[in-house]
Amino acid sequence: MAAVAHVDDHAEDHGHHHKETFITKYIFSQDHKMISKQYLVTGLIMGIIGIAMSILFRMQLAWPDHKFTIFEVLLGKFGTDGVMDPSIYLALVTIHGTIMVFFVLTAGLSGTFSNLLIPLQIGARDMASGFLNMVSYWLFFLSSVIMVLSLFAEAGPASAGWTIYPPLSALPQAIGGSGTGMTLWLVSMAIFIASSLLGSLNYVVTVINLRTKGMSMTRMPLTIWAFFVTAIIGVISFPVLLSAALLLIMDRGFGTSFYLSDIYIAGEVLHNQGGSPVLFEHLFWFLGHPEVYIVLLPALGITSEIIATNARKPIFGYRAMVASILAIAFLSTIVWGHHMFISGMNPFLGSVFTFTTLLIAIPSAVKSFNYITTLWKGNLQYNPAMLFSIGLVSTFITGGLTGIILGDSTLDINVHDTYFVVAHFHLVMGISALYGLFAGVYHWFPKMYGRMMNKNLGYVHFWITAIGAYGVFFPMHFIGMAGLPRRYYKNSEFPYFDDLADTNVLITVFAIITAAAQLVFLYNFISSIFYGKKAEQNPWKSNTLEWTTPVEHVHGNWPGAIPEVHRWPYDYSKTREDGEYVIPGQDYVTQITPMQENEEELHH
Amino acid sequence: MTVFLTIVVVALIGISLWQMSKILKISQVSGSDDSQVANDKDNNLQGKLMLAFVVFIYLLTIFCFVQYHSFFLPESASEHGVDYDRLMLISMVLIMFVQIITQGLLHFFAYKYRGNKENKALFFADNDKLEFIWTIIPVIVLAGLIIYGLFTWTDIMNIDEEEGDPLIVELYAYQFDWRARYAGADNVLGKANVRFIEGVNTLGVDASDLYGMDDKITNELHLPVNRKVIFKLRSQDVLHSAYMPFFRAQMNVVPGMITEFSYTPTKTSEEMRNSDFMVEKVATINEIRKEKSKELVAAGDEALERYEFDYYLLCNKICGASHYNMQMKIVVESEKDYNAWLKTQKTFKEELTAQASN
Repeated sequence: MAAVAHVDDHAEDHGHHHKETFITKYIFSQDHKMISKQYLVTGLIMGIIGIAMSILFRMQLAWPDHKFTIFEVLLGKFGTDGVMDPSIYLALVTIHGTIMVFFVLTAGLSGTFSNLLIPLQIGARDMASGFLNMVSYWLFFLSSVIMVLSLFAEAGPASAGWTIYPPLSALPQAIGGSGTGMTLWLVSMAIFIASSLLGSLNYVVTVINLRTKGMSMTRMPLTIWAFFVTAIIGVISFPVLLSAALLLIMDRGFGTSFYLSDIYIAGEVLHNQGGSPVLFEHLFWFLGHPEVYIVLLPALGITSEIIATNARKPIFGYRAMVASILAIAFLSTIVWGHHMFISGMNPFLGSVFTFTTLLIAIPSAVKSFNYITTLWKGNLQYNPAMLFSIGLVSTFITGGLTGIILGDSTLDINVHDTYFVVAHFHLVMGISALYGLFAGVYHWFPKMYGRMMNKNLGYVHFWITAIGAYGVFFPMHFIGMAGLPRRYYKNSEFPYFDDLADTNVLITVFAIITAAAQLVFLYNFISSIFYGKKAEQNPWKSNTLEWTTPVEHVHGNWPGAIPEVHRWPYDYSKTREDGEYVIPGQDYVTQITPMQENEEELHH
Repeated sequence: MTVFLTIVVVALIGISLWQMSKILKISQVSGSDDSQVANDKDNNLQGKLMLAFVVFIYLLTIFCFVQYHSFFLPESASEHGVDYDRLMLISMVLIMFVQIITQGLLHFFAYKYRGNKENKALFFADNDKLEFIWTIIPVIVLAGLIIYGLFTWTDIMNIDEEEGDPLIVELYAYQFDWRARYAGADNVLGKANVRFIEGVNTLGVDASDLYGMDDKITNELHLPVNRKVIFKLRSQDVLHSAYMPFFRAQMNVVPGMITEFSYTPTKTSEEMRNSDFMVEKVATINEIRKEKSKELVAAGDEALERYEFDYYLLCNKICGASHYNMQMKIVVESEKDYNAWLKTQKTFKEELTAQASN
């Protein structure tokens, strides 16, 4: 009922616009469409920094004896004479991980598309609180700025790995980056978490309260289901990371001993007694694991929508897809211990976490099979977004399968913290989520900027990226199986690894090519904003509500009354009994089209 | 090898450039259609590329297994490692099977059902039977894996000091090296805490604990073959991880607590060195080192030493700037050789006396 009342409210209220200045429209905007663009652009800039870092440390790994002028140029005193300093190597790895996981794939992906699509696809004028939404973005921006500033800390940025396990992250004596760099990292992340919480609460409230008339939960597009559930697990798990970070700040600055005990470093015994680093690991991974799904679920939601639209078929097993999202979300909060099988925690817990972890393979498998079935007997339209969506299913399967090995406590013993892990999680959450991001950008670019992206550049971008991603991460499993540890500055101290050097060169070459292909995307993105072909209202012939809004953005999304929804979003290629489409000559039926005569509801 | 890899990479770049030019050419031909929405021509080409892509994935898989099979670790040198390897093999075969089937289906459908104006998609929204089948199959397969895995895990992690006559060894980690402490004749380690660290007592052994007097602190880890070893792991400063890949053994070393791991070594260093796998592997490595030495000598540097295989223990948890070089040599030898070696090591008491008399 609340939803109905709201529709009327807004319809009346829509006539008088607030006067908008440049600042309220483009900078401190409360309009969800503008905020989503702000998220996207900030996310992409952070992405450029994160990927550039990966290229630097990949060069170091491939050619450890070579001197690169670029190290000296970019790393300053940490790259004197073109030789990378071992501690800055760790810093690059750390900040690459932090930026890609939180700033690009959490804020850049979920922030962008939750903001853009939640109001548009459920038929709302805007988010429940435009103001909180604005605050959420600006906190994110602030945390990005602080994270980037931390790169310039005197003794180097945080370098204890993106998981910042204490005591390494707590003691500046242990590594230079754990001084000012780490402080800035913690401050930045604390602000980031505040931003994420404000955003998530807003998404949850909006989805629950502001759906238009007829938009029952089972008529929501899978994108919205994914964003909704993602926001819920964010609200549940991010506060735990905030607590973990606060306790770490106290250990660092105020002499408490939450994580520290019995430490002798730099010639003296520290007073700390009774704390445990394992506690930090528990707290960190209580967020850290759901975080994987916070990154991945929006990508899966986006591809569900894009695959259905471009296959001109309903997504197969809508209810099973929703159930999988819910199951994954629930299980994701009780599997964190699989990062800690050999941390020294009770081995019995290892058994429990193996059990829950392998359970999560079931909803994941269901999702993969449902995607494949959706393609079956479709009429596949190969827009770039569709290519990236199929690419996502491919890397999701490849990366997910090796999870069966890592999730098994026994098998984890010998591949833990080797390159096998790096290969696994890059494919399953890194590359897959990035594909989701790209798919989303290609698909909704017309909605965001009113113009089309160039499809041919999109094709080039996809194919180089697809080949490159496999070229980087597939061979990486094998050097992991050789027992090569991650986070090693160079491997030449162990002659046993000498025969892996060629493979490391191969991986780096692929990485450089793949990174270069992203320039094609950037060029396409920027030039299309200004010179792209003007978009029509519904270029992909899609059913969902966002395509019923005008191309030019208006405040409040719909110029007139908010449309009413009469059906689920996946009535593609639906036919009547005589074999003709429900609406003759048109293979899709938008959600605002009432049920036709002689039409039956064919899905459950 | 490098030449071969370079050729592969150049070929791949070539193919992508060729594809790019082809795509661009096609886009020029159909210049009249600039809607930027995929048309039948695009669908046709991209669909075929999808098929080509799954061929690429298969070829890459074959290439990696053929070219990199020598990367896999040799047969396990510990007792439980045999079970580990079997479970790994089963899981690997299983996931490769699923990988090949699902990638094949995904890309084949992507090719087969590439869009065309004439075509009509099938409205196929759900099918309870199908969904039940592909929920229940993973459930059964995973249940099998979980049960097998859990039995193995319990076997490995159930450390019983009473059973048999296990050797007790402390592994002590600090930035950036390892020490081993043998429990001595009484096979009981003396108490220790970092607060006792002083002078030669670098491990913080409690000098008032009599059990500690016969402990022996060494910088190599020697183990008698076929005798169970229980490792007690202790760290002085930050987290480390004791990773012994040839024994399928790893455990984190956590400041403030003592963690444990146990295994029974079954192959001496000598046996491993002379195994077919290792002879071939070391020959390859020395070939690489010889090539590299030539370059180094030409540049006026020292040549690399010849490599001889030894087991090693390495740190596998990020621990600071020199994390990449925190290792200890492990020697597995006969009981006799082990005892002879142990005799040459000083006890903690002897070290204390030596310090006092200085």
